[in-house]
Amino acid sequence: MSSLIALFAGIVFGLGLIVSQMTNPSKIIGFLTVGKHWDPSLVFVMISAIFVSYFAFAYAKRRRASFFNLDFEIPKRTEIDKQLIIGSALFGIGWGIVGYCPAPAITALFFGNPQTLLFVGAMLIGMYLFRVINK
Amino acid sequence: MIIEALIGGVLIGIAVSFLLLFNGKVLGVSGIISDLINKPIHNNYWRLFFVIGLLISPFIYNLYKPMPVPTITTNNLMIIVGGLLVGLGSRYASGCTSGHGVCGIARLSIRSMIATITFISFGALTVFLMQRVFV
Repeated sequence: MSSLIALFAGIVFGLGLIVSQMTNPSKIIGFLTVGKHWDPSLVFVMISAIFVSYFAFAYAKRRRASFFNLDFEIPKRTEIDKQLIIGSALFGIGWGIVGYCPAPAITALFFGNPQTLLFVGAMLIGMYLFRVINK
Repeated sequence: MIIEALIGGVLIGIAVSFLLLFNGKVLGVSGIISDLINKPIHNNYWRLFFVIGLLISPFIYNLYKPMPVPTITTNNLMIIVGGLLVGLGSRYASGCTSGHGVCGIARLSIRSMIATITFISFGALTVFLMQRVFV
Protein backbone atom coordinates (compact mmCIF):
# COMPACT_ATOMS: atom_id res chain seq x y z
CA MET A 1 0.00 0.00 0.00
CA SER A 2 2.77 2.46 0.81
CA SER A 3 4.19 1.88 -2.67
CA LEU A 4 0.82 2.85 -4.13
CA ILE A 5 0.78 6.07 -2.08
CA ALA A 6 4.34 6.80 -3.27
CA LEU A 7 3.26 6.24 -6.88
CA PHE A 8 0.27 8.55 -6.38
CA ALA A 9 2.48 11.19 -4.72
CA GLY A 10 4.93 10.99 -7.63
CA ILE A 11 2.17 11.45 -10.20
CA VAL A 12 0.49 14.35 -8.36
CA PHE A 13 3.86 16.01 -7.67
CA GLY A 14 4.80 15.68 -11.35
CA LEU A 15 1.44 17.07 -12.47
CA GLY A 16 1.94 20.03 -10.11
CA LEU A 17 5.33 20.75 -11.69
CA ILE A 18 3.91 20.51 -15.23
CA VAL A 19 0.76 22.60 -14.56
CA SER A 20 2.89 25.38 -13.06
CA GLN A 21 5.49 24.94 -15.86
CA MET A 22 8.29 24.36 -13.37
CA THR A 23 9.49 21.58 -15.71
CA ASN A 24 10.52 24.30 -18.14
CA PRO A 25 14.05 25.63 -17.38
CA SER A 26 13.29 28.97 -19.05
CA LYS A 27 10.59 29.59 -16.39
CA ILE A 28 13.14 28.96 -13.63
CA ILE A 29 15.72 31.20 -15.31
CA GLY A 30 12.95 33.84 -15.51
CA PHE A 31 12.40 33.53 -11.77
CA LEU A 32 16.12 33.85 -11.09
CA THR A 33 16.41 36.94 -13.32
CA VAL A 34 16.51 40.05 -11.17
CA GLY A 35 14.98 43.14 -12.77
CA LYS A 36 11.95 44.06 -14.81
CA HIS A 37 11.84 40.69 -16.65
CA TRP A 38 11.45 38.82 -13.35
CA ASP A 39 8.94 35.94 -13.51
CA PRO A 40 7.41 35.46 -10.04
CA SER A 41 5.65 32.12 -10.85
CA LEU A 42 7.84 30.04 -8.53
CA VAL A 43 6.90 32.27 -5.59
CA PHE A 44 3.22 31.42 -6.09
CA VAL A 45 4.02 27.73 -6.53
CA MET A 46 5.97 27.77 -3.27
CA ILE A 47 3.35 29.76 -1.37
CA SER A 48 0.50 27.35 -2.14
CA ALA A 49 2.69 24.23 -1.80
CA ILE A 50 3.98 25.41 1.59
CA PHE A 51 0.47 26.44 2.70
CA VAL A 52 -0.99 22.96 2.06
CA SER A 53 2.09 21.17 3.43
CA TYR A 54 2.10 23.30 6.58
CA PHE A 55 -1.20 21.78 7.70
CA ALA A 56 0.02 18.26 6.94
CA PHE A 57 3.17 18.75 9.05
CA ALA A 58 1.21 20.43 11.86
CA TYR A 59 -1.24 17.51 11.88
CA ALA A 60 1.59 14.94 11.74
CA LYS A 61 3.12 16.55 14.83
CA ARG A 62 -0.01 15.71 16.82
CA ARG A 63 0.01 12.06 15.75
CA ARG A 64 2.24 9.28 17.06
CA ALA A 65 2.43 7.47 13.70
CA SER A 66 1.19 7.74 10.12
CA PHE A 67 -2.19 6.44 8.86
CA PHE A 68 -0.35 3.20 7.96
CA ASN A 69 1.09 3.12 11.47
CA LEU A 70 4.59 3.92 10.19
CA ASP A 71 6.97 6.15 12.14
CA PHE A 72 7.34 9.71 10.93
CA GLU A 73 10.84 10.19 9.52
CA ILE A 74 11.13 13.95 9.87
CA PRO A 75 14.62 15.53 9.84
CA LYS A 76 15.69 16.69 13.31
CA ARG A 77 18.85 18.58 12.35
CA THR A 78 18.88 22.29 13.16
CA GLU A 79 22.54 23.25 12.74
CA ILE A 80 23.49 25.89 10.19
CA ASP A 81 26.88 24.53 9.17
CA LYS A 82 29.39 24.90 6.33
CA GLN A 83 28.01 21.83 4.54
CA LEU A 84 24.52 23.33 4.41
CA ILE A 85 25.68 26.73 3.11
CA ILE A 86 28.31 25.48 0.63
CA GLY A 87 26.00 22.69 -0.58
CA SER A 88 23.10 25.09 -1.10
CA ALA A 89 25.39 27.57 -2.87
CA LEU A 90 26.70 24.87 -5.26
CA PHE A 91 23.15 23.64 -5.83
CA GLY A 92 21.99 27.21 -6.55
CA ILE A 93 24.81 27.76 -9.07
CA GLY A 94 23.92 24.55 -10.94
CA TRP A 95 20.22 25.44 -10.79
CA GLY A 96 20.98 28.90 -12.20
CA ILE A 97 23.19 27.56 -15.01
CA VAL A 98 20.60 25.16 -16.44
CA GLY A 99 17.24 25.94 -14.79
CA TYR A 100 16.61 22.36 -13.66
CA CYS A 101 16.41 21.01 -10.13
CA PRO A 102 16.05 17.24 -9.52
CA ALA A 103 12.27 16.65 -9.77
CA PRO A 104 11.56 18.77 -12.88
CA ALA A 105 14.56 17.22 -14.68
CA ILE A 106 13.29 13.68 -13.99
CA THR A 107 9.76 14.65 -15.09
CA ALA A 108 11.04 16.31 -18.27
CA LEU A 109 12.81 13.06 -19.25
CA PHE A 110 9.45 12.40 -20.94
CA PHE A 111 10.65 14.41 -23.93
CA GLY A 112 13.80 12.32 -24.22
CA ASN A 113 15.76 15.35 -25.40
CA PRO A 114 19.55 14.91 -25.17
CA GLN A 115 19.99 18.01 -23.00
CA THR A 116 17.69 16.71 -20.25
CA LEU A 117 19.31 13.26 -20.43
CA LEU A 118 22.74 14.87 -20.15
CA PHE A 119 21.64 16.91 -17.13
CA VAL A 120 20.10 13.93 -15.30
CA GLY A 121 23.17 11.78 -16.05
CA ALA A 122 25.52 14.47 -14.64
CA MET A 123 23.23 14.96 -11.62
CA LEU A 124 23.30 11.22 -10.81
CA ILE A 125 27.10 11.23 -11.12
CA GLY A 126 27.21 14.23 -8.76
CA MET A 127 25.11 12.36 -6.19
CA TYR A 128 27.29 9.27 -6.57
CA LEU A 129 30.45 11.38 -6.16
CA PHE A 130 29.11 12.71 -2.87
CA ARG A 131 28.90 9.15 -1.51
CA VAL A 132 32.41 8.36 -2.77
CA ILE A 133 33.95 11.53 -1.30
CA ASN A 134 32.16 11.13 2.03
CA LYS A 135 32.83 7.46 2.62
CA MET B 1 -0.03 32.33 -15.08
CA ILE B 2 -0.59 33.01 -11.37
CA ILE B 3 -3.57 30.64 -11.28
CA GLU B 4 -1.56 27.80 -12.87
CA ALA B 5 1.27 28.45 -10.43
CA LEU B 6 -1.10 28.34 -7.44
CA ILE B 7 -2.84 25.16 -8.70
CA GLY B 8 0.55 23.52 -9.33
CA GLY B 9 1.63 24.41 -5.81
CA VAL B 10 -1.55 22.93 -4.31
CA LEU B 11 -0.89 19.67 -6.20
CA ILE B 12 2.68 19.63 -4.88
CA GLY B 13 1.32 20.24 -1.36
CA ILE B 14 -1.15 17.35 -1.75
CA ALA B 15 1.68 15.03 -2.83
CA VAL B 16 3.76 16.12 0.20
CA SER B 17 0.77 15.58 2.52
CA PHE B 18 -0.05 12.08 1.26
CA LEU B 19 3.55 10.87 1.46
CA LEU B 20 3.85 12.30 4.98
CA LEU B 21 0.51 11.32 6.48
CA PHE B 22 0.28 7.81 5.00
CA ASN B 23 3.92 6.75 4.70
CA GLY B 24 5.57 9.01 7.29
CA LYS B 25 8.12 10.24 4.73
CA VAL B 26 9.29 13.71 3.84
CA LEU B 27 9.07 14.42 0.11
CA GLY B 28 12.64 15.41 -0.75
CA VAL B 29 13.38 14.50 -4.34
CA SER B 30 17.19 14.74 -4.25
CA GLY B 31 17.25 12.42 -1.22
CA ILE B 32 14.82 9.99 -2.85
CA ILE B 33 16.91 9.78 -6.05
CA SER B 34 20.28 9.51 -4.32
CA ASP B 35 19.05 6.79 -1.94
CA LEU B 36 17.63 4.97 -4.92
CA ILE B 37 21.00 4.84 -6.72
CA ASN B 38 23.19 4.41 -3.65
CA LYS B 39 21.30 2.05 -1.35
CA PRO B 40 20.17 -1.58 -1.77
CA ILE B 41 16.70 -1.96 -3.25
CA HIS B 42 14.94 -3.52 -0.24
CA ASN B 43 13.13 -0.83 1.78
CA ASN B 44 13.63 1.33 -1.27
CA TYR B 45 10.55 0.30 -3.25
CA TRP B 46 8.51 3.36 -2.31
CA ARG B 47 11.29 5.56 -3.74
CA LEU B 48 11.21 3.60 -6.98
CA PHE B 49 7.42 3.97 -7.17
CA PHE B 50 7.66 7.70 -6.47
CA VAL B 51 10.12 8.17 -9.35
CA ILE B 52 7.93 6.03 -11.63
CA GLY B 53 5.05 8.36 -10.68
CA LEU B 54 7.13 11.40 -11.69
CA LEU B 55 8.02 9.72 -14.99
CA ILE B 56 4.41 8.86 -15.91
CA SER B 57 2.90 12.21 -14.87
CA PRO B 58 3.62 13.78 -18.33
CA PHE B 59 1.66 10.95 -20.01
CA ILE B 60 -1.34 11.71 -17.81
CA TYR B 61 -1.02 15.47 -18.38
CA ASN B 62 -0.86 14.87 -22.14
CA LEU B 63 -4.33 13.30 -22.07
CA TYR B 64 -5.54 16.78 -21.12
CA LYS B 65 -3.24 18.93 -23.22
CA PRO B 66 0.33 18.79 -24.59
CA MET B 67 3.02 19.39 -21.97
CA PRO B 68 5.09 22.50 -22.72
CA VAL B 69 8.43 21.58 -24.31
CA PRO B 70 11.39 22.49 -22.07
CA THR B 71 13.67 25.19 -23.42
CA ILE B 72 17.32 25.06 -22.35
CA THR B 73 19.48 27.88 -23.60
CA THR B 74 22.91 26.86 -22.33
CA ASN B 75 25.48 24.61 -24.08
CA ASN B 76 26.21 20.94 -23.35
CA LEU B 77 29.37 21.60 -21.34
CA MET B 78 27.47 23.95 -19.01
CA ILE B 79 24.63 21.42 -18.74
CA ILE B 80 27.13 18.82 -17.46
CA VAL B 81 28.64 21.32 -15.00
CA GLY B 82 25.14 22.34 -13.84
CA GLY B 83 24.01 18.74 -13.40
CA LEU B 84 27.11 17.81 -11.38
CA LEU B 85 26.65 20.87 -9.12
CA VAL B 86 22.94 20.15 -8.59
CA GLY B 87 23.69 16.51 -7.70
CA LEU B 88 26.66 17.22 -5.46
CA GLY B 89 25.29 20.42 -3.88
CA SER B 90 21.89 18.99 -3.01
CA ARG B 91 23.56 16.10 -1.16
CA TYR B 92 25.95 18.36 0.77
CA ALA B 93 22.96 20.49 1.75
CA SER B 94 20.84 17.36 2.48
CA GLY B 95 18.00 18.77 0.39
CA CYS B 96 16.87 20.69 -2.66
CA THR B 97 13.87 22.75 -3.74
CA SER B 98 11.37 20.14 -2.47
CA GLY B 99 13.05 18.95 0.75
CA HIS B 100 14.23 22.39 1.98
CA GLY B 101 12.18 24.81 -0.14
CA VAL B 102 8.75 23.25 0.37
CA CYS B 103 8.83 20.64 3.18
CA GLY B 104 11.47 22.37 5.30
CA ILE B 105 9.78 25.77 5.22
CA ALA B 106 6.35 24.14 5.79
CA ARG B 107 7.64 22.63 9.04
CA LEU B 108 9.17 26.00 9.94
CA SER B 109 12.78 24.78 9.94
CA ILE B 110 15.23 27.70 10.14
CA ARG B 111 17.92 25.44 8.63
CA SER B 112 15.77 24.89 5.54
CA MET B 113 14.87 28.58 5.27
CA ILE B 114 18.58 29.47 5.25
CA ALA B 115 19.24 26.75 2.65
CA THR B 116 16.42 28.09 0.44
CA ILE B 117 17.57 31.71 0.70
CA THR B 118 21.13 30.55 -0.11
CA PHE B 119 20.28 28.55 -3.23
CA ILE B 120 17.89 31.18 -4.60
CA SER B 121 20.53 33.92 -4.03
CA PHE B 122 23.29 31.92 -5.71
CA GLY B 123 20.91 30.92 -8.51
CA ALA B 124 20.03 34.57 -9.16
CA LEU B 125 23.70 35.60 -8.99
CA THR B 126 24.60 32.85 -11.48
CA VAL B 127 21.87 33.91 -13.94
CA PHE B 128 23.00 37.52 -13.61
CA LEU B 129 26.64 36.62 -14.31
CA MET B 130 25.74 34.32 -17.20
CA GLN B 131 23.62 37.00 -18.85
CA ARG B 132 25.87 40.01 -18.23
CA VAL B 133 29.41 38.73 -18.12
CA PHE B 134 29.66 35.64 -20.29
CA VAL B 135 27.38 36.64 -23.15
